[in-house]
Amino acid sequence: MSADSTFTLPEAAAPLPDGALGKIPSTVSQALILSRYQFRDYLRSRRFILMMGIFLAAGAIITTVVAYYRPSGLIDNANDLYGGLWGGGALFVIVFAGIIFGGDAIAGEFQNKTGYFLMGLPIKRTTVYAGKYLAALAASIVSLLVYLIIVTGNAVYYLGAGAFSVPGPLIESFALTLLYLLALLGFVFLFSSLFKTSAYAVLVVAVLFLFGFSIIQTVVIDLAHTEPWFLLSYVNAINAYPLTGVPGHIVTTRNPFTRATITTYNPTYLEGIIVMAGYWLLTTIGGLFLFEREEFT
Amino acid sequence: MAPSIEAVELTKRFGSFTALDHLNLKVDGAKCVGFLGPNGAGKTTTLKMFTDLIFPSEGEAFINGISVQNDRKRALEVCGDLIETPEIYPSLTPREAFQMSGALRGMRSDEIASRTKTVLEEVKMTEWIDQKLGSFSKGMKQRVNIAAALLSDPEVVILDEPSTGLDPRGMAEVRTIVRGLKKGHRLIFMSSHILSEVVDVCDEVALLDRGKLLFADSLSNVTQRLGGAVRAVEAEFVSPLDETVLVAQIGAFPEVAAWSRTSPQRITLQVKGGSVEQARLLERLAAMKLGLLSFRESRSALEEVYLREISVGDGA
Repeated sequence: MSADSTFTLPEAAAPLPDGALGKIPSTVSQALILSRYQFRDYLRSRRFILMMGIFLAAGAIITTVVAYYRPSGLIDNANDLYGGLWGGGALFVIVFAGIIFGGDAIAGEFQNKTGYFLMGLPIKRTTVYAGKYLAALAASIVSLLVYLIIVTGNAVYYLGAGAFSVPGPLIESFALTLLYLLALLGFVFLFSSLFKTSAYAVLVVAVLFLFGFSIIQTVVIDLAHTEPWFLLSYVNAINAYPLTGVPGHIVTTRNPFTRATITTYNPTYLEGIIVMAGYWLLTTIGGLFLFEREEFT
Repeated sequence: MAPSIEAVELTKRFGSFTALDHLNLKVDGAKCVGFLGPNGAGKTTTLKMFTDLIFPSEGEAFINGISVQNDRKRALEVCGDLIETPEIYPSLTPREAFQMSGALRGMRSDEIASRTKTVLEEVKMTEWIDQKLGSFSKGMKQRVNIAAALLSDPEVVILDEPSTGLDPRGMAEVRTIVRGLKKGHRLIFMSSHILSEVVDVCDEVALLDRGKLLFADSLSNVTQRLGGAVRAVEAEFVSPLDETVLVAQIGAFPEVAAWSRTSPQRITLQVKGGSVEQARLLERLAAMKLGLLSFRESRSALEEVYLREISVGDGA
């Protein structure tokens, strides 16, 4: 019998039940459903509890240090306090949250075999990607809000009602921080789609964001004498501008002793927004492209 | 329209290795079809392409006439599947996992609740409904996976070695579940290398070896393929069998092509012909009043065909 032959097995046909087809929710609804359960999974995970523990410990250390030294430039007004504690701190929170929630989001589906359960359902791969992205975004925002509460607690302690005197700039800063979060998660998801092993994905992203980009930034500025406008870790500084004011784009100073020229680069608002949005768009497209082609072998 | 699955020129290559070679197979109607083959034959590869977990190098897979590769969402709408041993998010409970799965399939909340109860009862996991899946053993997870595949009461059920990881009792329960599924208007396509399981629950079989389909037929037709072949039966007696009786009488029966003694009380007889000849031989042995304790085929008809077809493929 030839293997290329077509075999049709004989048996009586039975009708399908009425209304059996055409009831699957839309892609958007499915993404929201999936993100809800994935978010629940994140909230119950040990890593979430661990991360919250780290943030609370970090918050306690910051509070103690500020209380001990009482730096006048920091605790005098709301702009300085939020600019100092929230501006830079939130970026670290995002990096940690992004790595923890996004690092294995896609790679874990392959490694832990949860993808075999999920992908057997009538759901597009794009929907799975979007649902998991939304869940990681939500979990990261929760982390960000916890940090904001810690910072606000400090502000209330030092400034009393004055802690709430900068709602506009703080909201603007939060929005820019969110844009950075979107871009970072896009980047993290891209790497998560690239690997089938969670540890590789988490490690590569952690090394890049905790050390790699900083080293590249230093090399570009000091050796190439060029503005590193293309680096996410450079443009993310705009999140503090609504609170601290916009510094000069390119600032050149001369060392009074060595008479050497030092150039400091600061991203502009437009530069930062365009680059972060670009990262978000391109890495999301790239990650989706990879996930659509990845096989559960 | 009857539930159906169809592979058209379905081919999968991993580098230079061809795991599945131009498979053409159409199965339709309410029945259970066993997908047989040795390890590495391409069974799981085929089922993964039917569920879009991997992509064909050539060809297409269809469920109810809808291409899985072109429209996985619509194609898998009527399908419940279990491929390998999937994991469900460990911090979720079966109830929550089924709520998610049901919601993604568009089932109503009351429908999900009712079906969750039914399918978990079927796999005897009701008491674990609110326990986190992360604490379950492999066997328990496999039961939940089977229940998850049946949640939407699908018309097409694709099962990849569903007994994997289960203890003998669990395996027997899976067979009961699959037999129960056959009562509905449902097509079950089940891969297995446990031939007794296939004989027990399947109506038809397709045999795959080295990526090629060797045959697909009903179980009765497969048995008929043995027409004219010699089949082995084992007979056991309460006391040691006298050599003279064995040589002069039993060995001389027209149905016996050859014999061998496996122990003082047990012999293996090569029987010429099929079931009729076997029955006649049994009558003769019983009439001799030698204390016949048991009389059974040493291998099932399916096993004979399986081994014969696979060995042909080996060039034996």
